[in-house]
Amino acid sequence: MDFLFITQQSLSAAIGVNTIIFALAAIGLNMHFGYTGLLNFGQAGFLAVGAYSVAVSVVSFNVSLWVALLIGIVNSIILALLLGIPTLRLRADYLAIVTIAAGEIIRQVARSATFNKTLGGSDGITGKFGKEFFDLNPFTAGLDLPFLRFTPNDLWVVVVGWALVAVILFLMWLLVNSPWGRLLKAIREDEDAVRSLGKNVYLYKIQSLIAGGVIGSIGGFVYALSRQSVQPDNYGTALTFFAYTVLILGGAARVLAPIAGAVIFWFLLVFVEQMLRQAVSAGYIPEWLIGVNQVGQIRFMLVGLGLMMLMIFRPQGIFGDRKELALDARA
Amino acid sequence: MHAPKSNFKEQAQAAFASISAVPGIAKPDPIIIANNVRRQFGGLTAVNVEHVEIQRGSITALIGPNGAGKTTFFNLLTGFDTVNEGNWTLNGEQISGTPPHKVARKGMVRTFQLTKALFRLSVLDNMRLAARHQRGESFIRGLFPAIWKKQEAEITAQAEELLTRFKLIDKKNDFAAALSGGQRKLLEMARALMVNPEIVMLDEPMAGVNPALKQSLLGHIKDLRDDGMTVLFVEHDMDMVRDISDWVIVMAEGKIVAEGTPDSVMGNQAVIDAYLGAHHDLSLEEGR
Repeated sequence: MDFLFITQQSLSAAIGVNTIIFALAAIGLNMHFGYTGLLNFGQAGFLAVGAYSVAVSVVSFNVSLWVALLIGIVNSIILALLLGIPTLRLRADYLAIVTIAAGEIIRQVARSATFNKTLGGSDGITGKFGKEFFDLNPFTAGLDLPFLRFTPNDLWVVVVGWALVAVILFLMWLLVNSPWGRLLKAIREDEDAVRSLGKNVYLYKIQSLIAGGVIGSIGGFVYALSRQSVQPDNYGTALTFFAYTVLILGGAARVLAPIAGAVIFWFLLVFVEQMLRQAVSAGYIPEWLIGVNQVGQIRFMLVGLGLMMLMIFRPQGIFGDRKELALDARA
Repeated sequence: MHAPKSNFKEQAQAAFASISAVPGIAKPDPIIIANNVRRQFGGLTAVNVEHVEIQRGSITALIGPNGAGKTTFFNLLTGFDTVNEGNWTLNGEQISGTPPHKVARKGMVRTFQLTKALFRLSVLDNMRLAARHQRGESFIRGLFPAIWKKQEAEITAQAEELLTRFKLIDKKNDFAAALSGGQRKLLEMARALMVNPEIVMLDEPMAGVNPALKQSLLGHIKDLRDDGMTVLFVEHDMDMVRDISDWVIVMAEGKIVAEGTPDSVMGNQAVIDAYLGAHHDLSLEEGR
């Protein structure tokens, strides 16, 4: 077995493009779920809106990429308002129902034959819509170390991506430690108590939904630009639930949790896959037990099993505080 | 501090001495005036109050048997529930139909029967949250600590002063969930004061509080009046009602059936009927 290769693949994944995308999606969810207690099950929809806004604007309407990014942010704000205005006055479960449906509606509209011309149907959009971004790439050579490997374009995405994550986390840290953040946390604990103190709960829930949604759509930008293509089925419910996995793995309502969660999630996923693959091809695992083609599915089972163990033995996540979690059992 | 205390009590009692104990009687200086307030749940009329006035600067108790509509009436006045008909004013300004957060901003702050401490916030944060007009509560300004740090320090000082008064200062860095039931009641009352209210509405402040803390809670409620606030509270504990209230309003089956000073109400036949007489043989049925 080639352990160096396994390490290289796993470490590259741990700080790679996918990790950045899921970290951004989970940071948005952390704002919604971790701090405000909003159950947004349609985060994939925000990523889709971000990704499609960029691709469609550039490819179909010949807009400059930088304007397209702005359009993406505006669109995600509109989506947050559309979801929030009717549901945030109601009980929390309604937002969950509406968002999970909205996420699917967005995906189905994107892949429908009706809008084939602009949205590309089930094939999505492929094209050089990231050209303006990659033209700025200062890296002529990629990174090829024994334990880390990126192509020049990936390296550029990774560097810019992590810089973005750092800026967003810094802003998030400022926000959650401000009176604004205190209000969100109070809403998570008990809306009526906050109302009785003269605070406009509805307004703050909308603001939280917008902020987290915009962060999610920035994840969508990274998704679209890194691959220079958008495909509708990448933005299914699985994306949302993996983002929740990442968040809970790290520990909800901790600023750095989504980073730790995303790094560990992708490291494990790739590590398990490479181990299995090599073990199967080297004959350590007999062909009748696991075939080479089954490795892709088996890794999810094993990672799922690992997550169950985590929930049993460390339900508060990696950064979470067990004491705080115990308080949730309302006395 | 001591001289004005007795002063406030005497003022409140003197105001009530001049009026007769009749349901719906006009008060010399009312802070709340409510007319024809009706709330129905299907076929059940939970609240049907023709006219009631609450005297400013007094402690008024709202009593009545279970299901009399006291808490519903509270919810209506504070905007947490919507009436079928009726209107009421606070300081002469109509506030019926106003959402709860705006009612609170106008100076009427309530507590809840089931205490609503914000569990995963520290005791100090519970207090600081409640302060009005915080600059850092805006999304953009929240990003710049320089804008709100000074105000935050002032709020913290005010919160700590109140926590000291309510003997919760040692717990200020604990999560609110770590407090006992009685301490949560104290925290909720102290938190309400951070809003600088004119009238405080306490929904069963003594429920589930041990006798030692009860005495301290009673003292705090009297202090509210002596600081110039109006107090309206729902309570079942008759000893407490007799001890601290200046005026008592009795509700039964959604209506106001009696009003008066504590002593006169306790001897009132309508009250005895409402609490015991007419229903005493049904208590097993009701308790189910």
